Amino acid sequence: MTEPLLSLKDLSIAYKVGAHDTIAVEGATFDVQPGSIVGLVGESGCGKTTLARSLTRVLAANARIAGGEAVFCGQDIVALSERAMNGLRWREIAFIPQSAMNSLDPVYTVGSQLAEVLTRRGGMARAAARKRSEELFEWVGIETNRLGDYPHQFSGGMRQRVAIALALALDPKLIIADEPVTALDVIVQRQILDQLRELKERLGISVILVTHDISVVAYVCDRVVVMYAGRVVETGPMAATLTAPAHPYTMGLRNAFPDLAGAAGELTPIEGSPPDLANPPAGCRFAPRCPFAEARCRTDAPELLPYEGDHLAACHRIAEAEALRARAVASETWEIPA
Amino acid sequence: MRDTQDPPLIKLEAAELHFPVGGILAQLQGRSTVVKAVDGVTFELHRGESVGLLGESGCGKTSTGRMLVRLDKATGGRVEFDGEDISALSGDALKRFRSRVQLIFQNPFEALNPRFTIRDVLAEPLENARIPKAEHEDRILRAMALVKLGDATQFMDRYPHQLSGGQLQRIVMARALILEPEFVVADEPVSMLDVSVRAGVLNVFRDVRAKTGITAIYISHDLALVRYVCERTIVMYLGRIVEDGPTEDIVANPLHPYTQALVAAVPVPHPDQSHEPLPIGRGAPDPRNPPSGCTFRDRCPRAFDRCAVEAPGPTRIQNRIVHCHLHAPET
Ligand SMILES: Nc1ncnc2c1ncn2[C@@H]1O[C@H](COP(=O)(O)OP(=O)(O)OP(=O)(O)O)[C@@H](O)[C@H]1O
Ligand SMILES: Nc1ncnc2c1ncn2[C@@H]1O[C@H](COP(=O)(O)OP(=O)(O)OP(=O)(O)O)[C@@H](O)[C@H]1O
Ligand code: SF4
Ligand code: SF4
Ligand SMILES: [Mg+2]
Ligand SMILES: [Mg+2]
Repeated sequence: MTEPLLSLKDLSIAYKVGAHDTIAVEGATFDVQPGSIVGLVGESGCGKTTLARSLTRVLAANARIAGGEAVFCGQDIVALSERAMNGLRWREIAFIPQSAMNSLDPVYTVGSQLAEVLTRRGGMARAAARKRSEELFEWVGIETNRLGDYPHQFSGGMRQRVAIALALALDPKLIIADEPVTALDVIVQRQILDQLRELKERLGISVILVTHDISVVAYVCDRVVVMYAGRVVETGPMAATLTAPAHPYTMGLRNAFPDLAGAAGELTPIEGSPPDLANPPAGCRFAPRCPFAEARCRTDAPELLPYEGDHLAACHRIAEAEALRARAVASETWEIPA
Repeated sequence: MRDTQDPPLIKLEAAELHFPVGGILAQLQGRSTVVKAVDGVTFELHRGESVGLLGESGCGKTSTGRMLVRLDKATGGRVEFDGEDISALSGDALKRFRSRVQLIFQNPFEALNPRFTIRDVLAEPLENARIPKAEHEDRILRAMALVKLGDATQFMDRYPHQLSGGQLQRIVMARALILEPEFVVADEPVSMLDVSVRAGVLNVFRDVRAKTGITAIYISHDLALVRYVCERTIVMYLGRIVEDGPTEDIVANPLHPYTQALVAAVPVPHPDQSHEPLPIGRGAPDPRNPPSGCTFRDRCPRAFDRCAVEAPGPTRIQNRIVHCHLHAPET
């Protein structure tokens, strides 16, 4: 395998609330290869945005990286000076925030916002910046004559494309996109996902795609990282992880998803809700909702261990994964005993 | 579309909801001064039917829903409920109508008054409808059981922020159902919810239908969701119906070129799926300046001469209705 572009090891991020620390991300470990799209999935509040933001170190004021490392092209992002980090932002690692389409500045034209990044950050001359802007708009499929328009003159989907153009401006190696298609309807969503795939293929860019939709992962990602309550519970190649998940949470997610390609049967929700991160349970955090939990699950936290090759899962019953998968398909398995 | 003997509960005839926009400047510049959010929509709904309203953002789904429960008054055509023209209703008749229909809003986090406890939230419609106080507790518990909020007593005295999104959406549904309406419009009721919770809410929706026989419209842009709760689907584009038929037929064999793109756009949770480019032109529809003839023609991969000059009318193909010249008999 080639040298990873980004390698996280035991990365933890804490929020201070009052006198207490909430560990929002705990011991995250995974790699991102060059020219690949990695899906970061999990339910609301599991720490996806926190983790994504930590990689450009644009965290909330009450947040801090509590431990671990994130090595990008040989340098540990966690240990970099603010000045050095600033040098990486946009040029090497670009971030598209959650609801980016609302984050464009309403008082400047989109063209001048692009020019700003290109000249101030990228040190380009005006004329070169203009040419580059046109090229970027072509890449993301917007007519170049719309560079003079203001954000409100675009639809939500087009604003999202403008945000992608901004992220691409300085030719980064890694784009971190936080829920780039969640608020969009299916046609626009598809067009943006196709865009990301094309950029990966054409420019060899890597993408960390934050989403809660496993259909989106199945459509564009090469690898997937599943988080639950602040921890990575499963990671592996997309196809293997979705067709043969080794963690019960991922098995449950699959059942909860509508599938246009399959029969319209029952959907099976994962009953209950994730634990309060300020006060997490001991042992496996999924245990209160897991139909396969055993006594040891409530006392010992499972480690992320290989299941098959580079497909890993954090479950005490990983050796029985195949049998658990068979049981997980039945919706009775997920019913909460009365 | 079902050929049943009994009269339809809801009947739309060339219904229109047009909004004035722009003002004098637009007028002077010769730009259109009206958005045709709903533009000549005709369909019938029979009791107990559940119909999905499908289409891209801005195609007029919410506007249609609001018109059906008379939050907006149709600006043209006719909207009938149980044989009566609802535009003509006023006073007591309008009040009675309002207790028979309900709209479930998109965002559960905004739909509930944050200073009301769940008990207050659910009692409010009962009070407005002058239901005797003695019946309140019982009806609240029944509504909560209907949406599967099992141990209701633990929720009664909580405030909305003390509930999860899925629980909140169930409360919103319970409130809409507490007066036992005959008809509900659910406007993207799960789009704000986490996926693992969505499944639960969709199942509740199905259960409620089975138990109460309620007539329902379910609004969404995602056919994968509509399919779980509606046996029939109506597809809209720029304020007009383009296709109407049994959901499973539409999933398996969409006839209208726009429906074909909508179906192809839905990602599925499997590794091997088509990555073919969508059969639809780029760009978003502009509701202020729709093309002449078929309003889909600027994005339609199969448009031909006739599409620019003539708006396609309805063609019946088995139990489907399609508005597209490709399917129309030769004139
Ligand atoms: N500034 C903050 N202070 C304290 N806690 C926070 C802060 N920001 C986020 N959190 C908490 O950290 C956890 C992780 O939040 P995060 O935004 O990373 O989740 P997420 O997975 O992106 O969720 P979503 O899918 O809803 O966007 C949540 O429990 C959240 O409430
Ligand atoms: N009060 C209003 N005044 C002017 N235009 C309006 C008004 N309400 C809606 N519209 C316009 O009517 C069209 C249809 O809007 P509508 O909200 O019904 O779409 P929708 O299908 O529900 O879209 P979404 O999926 O984004 O909710 C849009 O072009 C919208 O901008
Ligand atoms: S460790 Fe135990 S509780 Fe956790 S997912 Fe595995 S079986 Fe379930
Ligand atoms: S009428 Fe013409 S433009 Fe409209 S959908 Fe049919 S083929 Fe396409
Ligand atoms: Mg987030
Ligand atoms: Mg709407």
